[in-house]
Amino acid sequence: MFENVSRRQFVTGSAAAALALGLVGCGGNGGGASEGGDASGAIKVGIMGPHTGDNSSYGLACLNGTQLYFKQLNADGGVNGKQVEPVVYDEKGDATEAVNAYNRLVQEDGVTGIVGDVTTGPTIAVAKASVTDNMPCVTPSATAADVVTYGDNYFRACVTDPEQGRVMANFAVEQGYKSVATLYLNGSDYSEGVNAAFCEEAEAAGITITAQESYAEGDVDFNSQLTNIIGTNPDAILVPNYYQDDGMIVTQARAQGYDKVFLGVDGWSGIYGGSENYADAADLHDCYYCCAFSSSNESEIATKFVEDYEAEYGETPTNFCALGYDAAMVLANGLAAAEEAGLEPGSDDYKQAVIDGIASGTVEGVTGSIAYEGTGDPVKSSLIITFAEDGAEETFEVLEA
Amino acid sequence: MFITQVLNGLQLGSIYALVALGYTMVYGIILLLNFAHGDIIMVGAYVSWLVMAQLGLPPVLAIVLSVAACTLVGVLIDKVAYAPLRNAPRLSILITAIGVSYFLENGAQLVFGADAKVVPAYTDLTTVQVAGLSLSFPSVLTVLVTIAATVALTLVVQKTKLGKAMRAVSEDMGAARLMGINVNSTISFTFAVGSALAGIGAVLYAMAYTQANPTMGMMLGTKAFVAAVLGGIGSIPGAVVGGLLVGFAEVFVTALGLSVWKDAVVFLLLIIVLVVRPTGIFGRTMSEKV
Repeated sequence: MFENVSRRQFVTGSAAAALALGLVGCGGNGGGASEGGDASGAIKVGIMGPHTGDNSSYGLACLNGTQLYFKQLNADGGVNGKQVEPVVYDEKGDATEAVNAYNRLVQEDGVTGIVGDVTTGPTIAVAKASVTDNMPCVTPSATAADVVTYGDNYFRACVTDPEQGRVMANFAVEQGYKSVATLYLNGSDYSEGVNAAFCEEAEAAGITITAQESYAEGDVDFNSQLTNIIGTNPDAILVPNYYQDDGMIVTQARAQGYDKVFLGVDGWSGIYGGSENYADAADLHDCYYCCAFSSSNESEIATKFVEDYEAEYGETPTNFCALGYDAAMVLANGLAAAEEAGLEPGSDDYKQAVIDGIASGTVEGVTGSIAYEGTGDPVKSSLIITFAEDGAEETFEVLEA
Repeated sequence: MFITQVLNGLQLGSIYALVALGYTMVYGIILLLNFAHGDIIMVGAYVSWLVMAQLGLPPVLAIVLSVAACTLVGVLIDKVAYAPLRNAPRLSILITAIGVSYFLENGAQLVFGADAKVVPAYTDLTTVQVAGLSLSFPSVLTVLVTIAATVALTLVVQKTKLGKAMRAVSEDMGAARLMGINVNSTISFTFAVGSALAGIGAVLYAMAYTQANPTMGMMLGTKAFVAAVLGGIGSIPGAVVGGLLVGFAEVFVTALGLSVWKDAVVFLLLIIVLVVRPTGIFGRTMSEKV
């Protein structure tokens, strides 16, 4: 029954299981406190991320989402009647601190699964360290390909950079664009990764790449590249960068008279309506970007998440909050499978069962349906976001995986 | 397309030229490479943002206050950081300049945060029609202001009493003092003029590129420094020619489809000039080298 469950079904299921006599209290079989569980039968899980320092905005967003999920899960009866007890560590955005935090979670706290880490560098360090323990880990947001390649125990809730490029190439095909030009940030893994995957996928589908232009970190004048690009008369321009650059590029291109389509990826999130408006609403017509989550998504599960999150924290959730929430859901799905098998939390068998549960399960997360087909990379749907006349984000469509 | 690229080059080059003028002024008088010059432009852009986006005051006030704030900051930096080192080895002042640059960048990050701020438009005018061509208004204005600033600076340095004092201080600080020239106020005046130029540059920059961020002065300053050295540091026409050269080099390398090599070509140009003609295109032969 845990093969393919939505959050609601899953919670109902575990509540039913909790009611079943004989299962409650089984946690005490080993005699007193054991790893990953204590006398009361709570299941300990770790949450780690940069909660102070440069990347703290990402870490705290993920943390909020993750904690909200566990709080709701516990309020609904927990997993198999057992409460999930999160143990939180701040790794300050540092790989060494992250490994220390990981070791403490495993050796001192005896957790049986981890949601984390958040950014790529520390996550790779934790991924390497976690292989020998076969510790089930779900990163909400680390996008580098490496993260899930060291062992079978690491999963991610987000998609990789190249995957976003492929998603936008599929979108371009679907929209019937015949020619696309690109403008990417030279020296950025993110921007170059998306650009390369997009071009490969788009060309394979018969789209002509009319120009691939680049710029350097800190550049503010894109007129020259844009003049080249506009000279090739493409149907669309792919701009796989972060919102500050995207805003300047869109503004300068519109000033040069380009009035056709812009394609982007999740770095566009925040270009309008956030702390600043990085482009005029009038210039954002015909701009489309893909991302995991937008508060403009009107699906039932996403709407409920936005309401719950706003009630809990008093602010609108971002992409990272949603990914933190879904990463917790993925891990809980694995925990449910291990509990189903009646294993002892913290034991090696239990960890393997969690991993198998995640790998074979599908969860309906707030960022879409998440399944793993033999790798730690999810197969999941993407949102295509566009902008209304007043600049407000709108969900254009949901691209299924 | 060729004409558009020429105009792109002219606009970019004019911004570099305006910043390079400030570099060259200060270097010409006290032989100091004021690495904080680019960051003064950052201060100006943030002042414009504060005045218009935060206080909701009209653009005219934003322009006046930006230029005034830059002038004040420039003079203040000289008084606090450079003046006490007037008789110290040149290297000490150079390193202090780098320190001031970091101070301004990190200070801005502390006060305003690392995210870019959007400077509202100063004017609704975005394009102007010249001889049947539709030109971007910021570009045209930048070119015109750069020409005006060059002419005005040349006149000040060549024709006024203060200009004469500046040239005297530049030639021999000790002798100038013996001749009754107030060296300190002359240097302050130089910083004021250079920083006011940075303020004007900040307004034009914000008009064209609309964003202010704490490190925006870094690359801008570096490119303008290259421009000043190319043209011959200390020379006013040199700064303009150097700025335009750097701007055109970037644009044409990009136009050829080699945008990856854009910055490399600019710095290669600098290396070639330093090897072939170390004093730059308009440079005088000097005993001190950069």
